[in-house]
Amino acid sequence: MSPRRTTSGGSIDRRRTIRFTFDGEAYTGHAGDTLASALLANGVRLVGRSFKYHRPRGVFSAGIDEPSALVTVLKDGVREPNIPATRIELHDGLRVESQNRFPSLAFDFGAINQLGGRLLGAGFYYKTFMGPVIGPLKGTRFWMFCERFIRRAAGLGRADYAPDPSRYERMNAFCDVLVAGGGVAGLMAAEAAAKAGKRVILAEQEPETGGFAKWSNETIGGKPAAEWAKTASERLAALDNVRLLTRTMVWGYYDGNTLAALERVGDHLARPPKGHARHRHWTIRAGAVVLATGALERPLVFPGNDRPGVMLAGAVRRYAGEYGVLCGDKTVFFANNDSAYQAASTLTKAGGHVAAIVDVRPTISEAATALAAEAGVVPLTGQAVVETKGGKHITGIVVQSFDAATGALSGDARPIECDCLAVSGGWQPVIHLASQAGAKAEWDETLQAFLPPAPNQRWSGAGSFLGQMTTAGALESGRNAGLSASGKKPSRARLPEVEPSPLEIAPAPIFEIKAPISATRGKAFVDLQHDVTADDVRLAHREGFVSVEHLKRYTTLGMATDQGKTSNVPGLAIMAEARGISIPEAGTTRFRPPYSPVAIGALAAERYGNLKPNRLTPMHDWHVEHGARMMEAGLWHRPMIYGAPGETVEQAYIREAAAVRRSVGIVDVSTLGKIAVKGPDAAEFLDRVYTNMFSTLAIGKARYGLMLREDGIAFDDGTTWRLGEDDFLMTTTTANAGPVMQHLEYFLDIVWPDLKVHLTSVTDQWAGAAVAGPEARKVLEKCVIGTAVDNDTLPFMGIVHGRIDGAPVMICRLSFSGELAYEVYSGAGHGLHVWEALMEAGESFGITPYGMEALGTLRIEKGHVTGAEIDGRTTARDLYLDWMLSKKKPFIGSGLMDRPGLIDQNRIRLVGVVSLDGQPLGGGAHIVEQGSLDALGQSIGHITAFCYSPALAKYIGLALVKGGKAQHGRRAFVSDPLRKRFGPVELVSHHFFDPEGRRMHG
Amino acid sequence: MLISCPHCGPRDLAEFSYQGDATRTRPEPASTDTKAWHDYVYTRPNPAGPHHEYWQHAGGCRAHLLIVRDTLSHEIHSVALARSANASGARA
Amino acid sequence: MAEYSALSLLKNALTGNCDWKPAWRKPDPKPAYDVIIVGGGGHGLATACYLAAEHGITNVAVLEKGWLGSGNIGRNTTIVRSNYLLPESIRFYDFSVKLWENLSHELNYNVMFSQRGVLNLAHNPAQADAYIRRGNAMRHGGGDADWLTREQIARKVPGLDLSGTARFPVVGGLLQKRAGTARHDAVAWGYARGADRRGVDIIENCEVTGFLRDGDRIIGVSTSRGDIRAKKVGVAVAGSTSRVLNLAGIGQFPIESHVLQAFVSEALKPFVDCVVTFGGGHLYMSQSDKGGLVFGGSLDYYNSYAQRGNLPTVEDVMSEICAMFPSVARLRLLRSWGGVMDMSMDGAPIITKGPLPGMYLNCGWCYGGFKATPASGYSFAWTIAKDEPHAINAPYTLSRFERGAAIDETGHGPTPKLH
Repeated sequence: MSPRRTTSGGSIDRRRTIRFTFDGEAYTGHAGDTLASALLANGVRLVGRSFKYHRPRGVFSAGIDEPSALVTVLKDGVREPNIPATRIELHDGLRVESQNRFPSLAFDFGAINQLGGRLLGAGFYYKTFMGPVIGPLKGTRFWMFCERFIRRAAGLGRADYAPDPSRYERMNAFCDVLVAGGGVAGLMAAEAAAKAGKRVILAEQEPETGGFAKWSNETIGGKPAAEWAKTASERLAALDNVRLLTRTMVWGYYDGNTLAALERVGDHLARPPKGHARHRHWTIRAGAVVLATGALERPLVFPGNDRPGVMLAGAVRRYAGEYGVLCGDKTVFFANNDSAYQAASTLTKAGGHVAAIVDVRPTISEAATALAAEAGVVPLTGQAVVETKGGKHITGIVVQSFDAATGALSGDARPIECDCLAVSGGWQPVIHLASQAGAKAEWDETLQAFLPPAPNQRWSGAGSFLGQMTTAGALESGRNAGLSASGKKPSRARLPEVEPSPLEIAPAPIFEIKAPISATRGKAFVDLQHDVTADDVRLAHREGFVSVEHLKRYTTLGMATDQGKTSNVPGLAIMAEARGISIPEAGTTRFRPPYSPVAIGALAAERYGNLKPNRLTPMHDWHVEHGARMMEAGLWHRPMIYGAPGETVEQAYIREAAAVRRSVGIVDVSTLGKIAVKGPDAAEFLDRVYTNMFSTLAIGKARYGLMLREDGIAFDDGTTWRLGEDDFLMTTTTANAGPVMQHLEYFLDIVWPDLKVHLTSVTDQWAGAAVAGPEARKVLEKCVIGTAVDNDTLPFMGIVHGRIDGAPVMICRLSFSGELAYEVYSGAGHGLHVWEALMEAGESFGITPYGMEALGTLRIEKGHVTGAEIDGRTTARDLYLDWMLSKKKPFIGSGLMDRPGLIDQNRIRLVGVVSLDGQPLGGGAHIVEQGSLDALGQSIGHITAFCYSPALAKYIGLALVKGGKAQHGRRAFVSDPLRKRFGPVELVSHHFFDPEGRRMHG
Repeated sequence: MLISCPHCGPRDLAEFSYQGDATRTRPEPASTDTKAWHDYVYTRPNPAGPHHEYWQHAGGCRAHLLIVRDTLSHEIHSVALARSANASGARA
Repeated sequence: MAEYSALSLLKNALTGNCDWKPAWRKPDPKPAYDVIIVGGGGHGLATACYLAAEHGITNVAVLEKGWLGSGNIGRNTTIVRSNYLLPESIRFYDFSVKLWENLSHELNYNVMFSQRGVLNLAHNPAQADAYIRRGNAMRHGGGDADWLTREQIARKVPGLDLSGTARFPVVGGLLQKRAGTARHDAVAWGYARGADRRGVDIIENCEVTGFLRDGDRIIGVSTSRGDIRAKKVGVAVAGSTSRVLNLAGIGQFPIESHVLQAFVSEALKPFVDCVVTFGGGHLYMSQSDKGGLVFGGSLDYYNSYAQRGNLPTVEDVMSEICAMFPSVARLRLLRSWGGVMDMSMDGAPIITKGPLPGMYLNCGWCYGGFKATPASGYSFAWTIAKDEPHAINAPYTLSRFERGAAIDETGHGPTPKLH
């Protein structure tokens, strides 16, 4: 048994010993311990180093508000930095490291910063490091040189780059009443709501419910409070309509009563079962919310208040009451309110020794005096701690007479020996969630704290969250909140009995003891983690950073990992005093999610690594089996090339494209967007959305169409097939399938609700294969039955229905490649079957599957545009598609497409580009009229796509170039400094190959 | 944020696609009044307070909803199917 | 007012830091000024500073509704870059980067502009081509841009998922070395101090409640602290543009207000050196000098003035950062916040004289206002002083939409949420 562990009491299991290491040293603790309580039990005082001055720091609190005792947990082969020791449940094999120190915690070079204390005051970095205005360190260089060292000194823990192997889960939950906080008030609220028949979720951030009852040494209903809480919790757990979540922190209050909570499922387990989640991210949609989030204790600000051994009084109480740990052999309490006396009482009952109680108030309540007497001391009223003694640990304090009205110190300074100083400066309700929900905090003069405003319909409050600082208050307000959340009136039924509490929890309005700072005394810290001192707050005031937001930003007060849970109000109080205004006049900051830090992986649960879906066509596996190298096109995976062994990408696509021009090729076009447009007004609708006419299209024929956006810019293109009088199949580009669908739906629902048209996205329902090349017809003749495919039956842009190897198919004769070509569509389930049948039929013609590169090559040779040219900035005219702009009817975009800026001839417009030096061009290369790689010319456009053209036997490309057609025949240069390519090109018509289209009509 | 789709019931924000301001009136299709087209396409009242706006239940029934929502509090005042709202002249 | 330097720090340290003076005065408003700037954010303060420094116009007041710098200058992800595609944008933002490079000296205030570089990751060949087009445009426009291979990226940014099995494998990246990050609040404070030192009155907690008119002409403003007259009134209130223009009777405007969330992790020892953006979605991430990973993603995609977002966006952003850096899953999100973005109809800003006589307007910054602060202030001051635009803001007119001269970097057209 370690020296500071009591022999009995508390809720730890002394029979179970747990082994752990801290900075490599082995220690033991007990089941039920936190790392903090185990370290304290082992007498470990120095746990961390502060952010800026690298001051030695120990455990300060016993909960989520911990500013100082931050450690790195080493588990699962990865580092988890900045975890408060107070939040780590001890388990076998736990390994933790201290942080922000070099080379060791006890001897830290960074502590040298303390010597420069006054130089390094708030905002010092804004005033220096600017460096010389001339010379090699001008501009940003000197700052960047200094910054490198600043960055190394800053930061807290070290993260590593090894991927987090943990699994995170997400849960969606619905309930009538969510109770945030499982203390006495929360338990009462949950039970009241459950009894009213509501579906209840109770979330408690700690491993056990009960809150203060777990360590308060009070009785509730005649039983020890801890036992009462346990029974209440068990009663709830037994109810079908209650979900009791422990280790679950509600951290975010979003719109529409959507709350986010984090359940730490596996952190406390030595060996989580395989597949076990580490954390679970809950999204809870609650009918009503009861906030029973409790209150956190504030420290007092005085010189040397950061020395290890200075702790919150409530924490000292909890360590004694719950963990059986005595934080000191000789503990002094220092307070402005009576709660410290309860703490002293609990400590005494656990066997601790109270050396003194120092109280800033001139007089105290009888009840407090009585508790002090039980602890064996006479309170030193009207006195204050003005100094702490010790090095890496407190060894004593100095007290002086204190005038609570003026803050003046007088009389002799008297030393008192101690090894723990327990401080209480009053209590601040945890109003974060209410603030996130938009509530504006209200200052309560009595409690000297910000309270939530009156509840609105979204949430109600209970317990110390409301400023009800007694157990009786928690019981009553808890039950009422539960009833009110269930739509019921407050009950008059008897509540469990508790001892009367005559203590005065409301503090004297004292936040800081302004003793002169000296080298021996040390600074008076407000924010322990960020090393913001009371003088820093006053410096901010002196320099005009007086708004609470400026204070926060200038000094970094409250910006650390504890988010100022112990420092915000004292900092504000000091600023208010400096400004000569009241605390509420000085303001409060708005709290933002999360209430306390949450693992990023948990919020990404089940999403990362699987960020967006992979879309695969029915023929995907076939492609892969046949050597395809797949590439992503949006979310789709498409074959880039089918590489033969030893082939480069270029060799492969040239071979594939040449095969199409020579005999026949086949390409998977299943990814094209497909929308079934049906209804009596379908033709009229298409006339309105396409720039060209579709009502004149004959049944059984297809037509190429172009859509504009409302602003007259080109949007998408594709063919639409008329399958019946009222029945069209629209195809879109792969990338725009979703946006086009949404665009059409918007117009039908909102602009033209009178049109009788129904849209269905059928992209995934149809598989498509394009068979292209001079032998394409022969391939179809070999395998299509139920229809002829000759030129009369199936002319250019004609559609027929038939079967291929038993599968129904729909065939449209249209061409992207410029060859005689057919798109063969079948139900997605038949896609692979039809593809294989086409391959078999084509075998004797040497049918060659081709990928995106060859598809691109063929279309570049033809000068067909795709998304690279229809890039959201180009007009139909820019792409020389003005022939498609019907003059007979208005269409989407016709109202704005003729604005002067859009018809300017000098816009960048589509041209063809031919490489004159036999070298490749390059997507994204620019076009210049002159220059070199050393002296870049002025860009007149850029290349949108390029390839080696087997048909033309040279490198060609498409480009958008100022003036477009007017440039045909001109020499220019391709300029690609990023890839260090510069060379001569000729600008030509984009119709490189078979401009008359003889081949596809053949 | 939860949106109560008249077809599907209360659903999470993530299922919906925002389609913006619902107060503008599209000019007659054949109108050549560039100013009117400009105002329709490019300008918005963008109020701080109740905002009439369209949302599509893209991850559900695909219907467009006309919603009145406060841009200061995100509170949703009303939800209706855009089709029926517009047809009954309830359009703001 | 005293110059800031290492020496002044030392001197003041010796006297207990008791002699520091306010960084800017807190004057009461005068009845009239030559120029009033409505909005004490980065752009408004920079404008005032340049009016005084460049044009000798010092009888200027900056009116701020709340605390100085409380707009988006106080809540952004601090990235400074000029990696744009279109010539107008490159010219403007390159000019801005040049001002940034000397800003700390100019203001005698360390704004901590650190040229750590911005790296845009590309995940497929089409995206790589698009980024290369952009990089080449930057180079031809006189800026810097480099293409990094996967191997170079692996050396520069440890911790990225560069495995072939990544959902969005990295194929390369566009690096702008001169880009980086700056300390956002310091920019507001530095400009405030710079303007104040040159005689500008910065008046906080002074809300404009209306405009004083002489016919069509704007001749001043009514405020929560009384009427103030001015020959010229500049409005730089991005996030509240529509609300302020409403006060001038302008009810329809090419702006939507949207909420953008941003995030910061707990502080860490150096983890990532440059700014990295993820092309498999929309995510940008850097590490602050204090050690927090600062990151953000897309808008929440609905009109909002609430400075508060919702969970789906939070989850999207977290998923993307974990996809990019799989080790970040183990780290913890410290804080999130929301800012109100002036989303314009083409993604580009408006810096112009008008729309009413006597009025000048600076708005429509979408996500990109922070990096623009110096150039925006510089060109807006120029426009106010000379009644004509500077070459860099000449394209950013209000009339460009009617003329068909949108400056649409993303090609999304008049859908503000997508810019």
